[in-house]
Amino acid sequence: MLRPYLAILSARFQLVLQYRAAALAGFATQCWWGGMKVLIFSAFYAGARGLAPMSFAHTVSYTWLGQAFLMFLPWYVDPEVADMVRTGAVAYERLRPVDGWAWWYARALAWTAARVVPRAALMFAMAAVFMPLVGLGRWGLRLPPDGLGAILFCAAILAAALLSASMTVILNVVAAASLTDRGANAIAAPIAIVFSGSLVPLAFFPHALTPFMRLQPFAGLMDTPFRVWNGELVGAAAVGAIALQLAWVLILAVLGRRAVEAVMGRIQVQGG
Amino acid sequence: MNGLALYLRYVGVSVRGQMQYPRTFLLLNASQFFGSAIEILGISTLFGVFGHIRGWSLAQVAVFYGVVNAAFALADVATRGFDVFGPQFVRTGAFDRLLLRPRTTALQLLGFELRVQFGRLLQAMIVFAFGASALRLSFTPAHVLLLAWALAGGVALFGGILVLQATLCFWTVDALEVANILSFGGTQAGQYPLNIYAAWFRNLLIFIIPIGCVAYFPVVALLGARDPLGAPSWLLPLTPAVGFLFLAVALRVWALGLAKYASTGS
Repeated sequence: MLRPYLAILSARFQLVLQYRAAALAGFATQCWWGGMKVLIFSAFYAGARGLAPMSFAHTVSYTWLGQAFLMFLPWYVDPEVADMVRTGAVAYERLRPVDGWAWWYARALAWTAARVVPRAALMFAMAAVFMPLVGLGRWGLRLPPDGLGAILFCAAILAAALLSASMTVILNVVAAASLTDRGANAIAAPIAIVFSGSLVPLAFFPHALTPFMRLQPFAGLMDTPFRVWNGELVGAAAVGAIALQLAWVLILAVLGRRAVEAVMGRIQVQGG
Repeated sequence: MNGLALYLRYVGVSVRGQMQYPRTFLLLNASQFFGSAIEILGISTLFGVFGHIRGWSLAQVAVFYGVVNAAFALADVATRGFDVFGPQFVRTGAFDRLLLRPRTTALQLLGFELRVQFGRLLQAMIVFAFGASALRLSFTPAHVLLLAWALAGGVALFGGILVLQATLCFWTVDALEVANILSFGGTQAGQYPLNIYAAWFRNLLIFIIPIGCVAYFPVVALLGARDPLGAPSWLLPLTPAVGFLFLAVALRVWALGLAKYASTGS
């Protein structure tokens, strides 16, 4: 029963993994952004000790992790689906004897994972290994405080991948309903960047917003796993945060599945 | 028809063409406005926590931010032809057609589908106005002239960066995403006063990719501040000339690339 979904998952994963030049280019770009953010944070921290909600070391680690897992941000419609919508080939998706939502979900998960894995590996090698070796450890990525933290981080990052894919499917549906990926792409990126913690760590937003920021679904893409990594979320709190991530995966999956059925049930096709 | 008249005709065609879709025009502008406005949201959030960055206030940083973003936004409108040069001209072979026409390639690319989008520019102007009014900057004719001169230098610099990016495509055929480091990354770096950065990075932004010369130095003069990096005050208003120098060098490099261009075969 799961076979077709596992097949598309592994096929797409291996396909996207082939784009080595894209991964290298992305890595170089992310080194630049990460480095610049670290320099800016270092200037802010230099003038104002004790004001920040996170230590400098934690903020730096958070920044590098944000670059390593940047591709978790659901800022585009899955490009293959966007192409199908443009050309009208999306109608063929109705012909497959599979569940429409699960099919797109497996696709999205593979696409996200295949872009994250090489970039994250390179970024870890650079920020957690190379930088400390050449004496730049103060500006590099620190490891989690203990083994248990590392295990919890792995769980949280897997949940983040599941969450990211469920958001991508919703973007796909918006594209299919509006006959173009442009609208969905334009709205998704700014929202995801702000509310995931990619712009600035969520703890830096005004205190009054903190409860909302912690609860909303985008926090599970970056903020939650990164706080687990830093050891700010430990034990039961960490498990609770991961449960919240998974709850959002479930909610978005149910919503996404309904939306797929509603939109694909009366899909309009353009092109000829 | 001379070059300028031809260019203006290109502009007219682009504007009229894109105005055929008024809703798309509005949506693209709105999305560019919000997409670029999250930058200032992030900066003001950090100022909300820390209060200042090496003694600079949010209002002062807003002026730097406004100038560098406005220059980038204006350059972005005019250089679409260079921006899409790799995928749309070199890879497809469409560049061969440009070479057949009795006009320079630079002029034809400059006139190719202007990006009629002003979201980022509007956003930069609002942030600049906030900073200028919070600081109660007085605008004498000399100040206005300095601002216009800095913006012109900035547009030239970003134009030069885009030309270099396009020149790379003569060798790489397709566009390299890494090259965005220079345009978008340079804009982001120039949003802050340069003295906050480590020396090596600062020097990079003054001498190699001279964002500092079109944003930092003239804005320090505009703010009436003393340069914490120690540049003499007579030098500050002159530095945007470096932007034009950069563009001139970029166009020379473009000519080199052009000389070795061999079509992909269309």
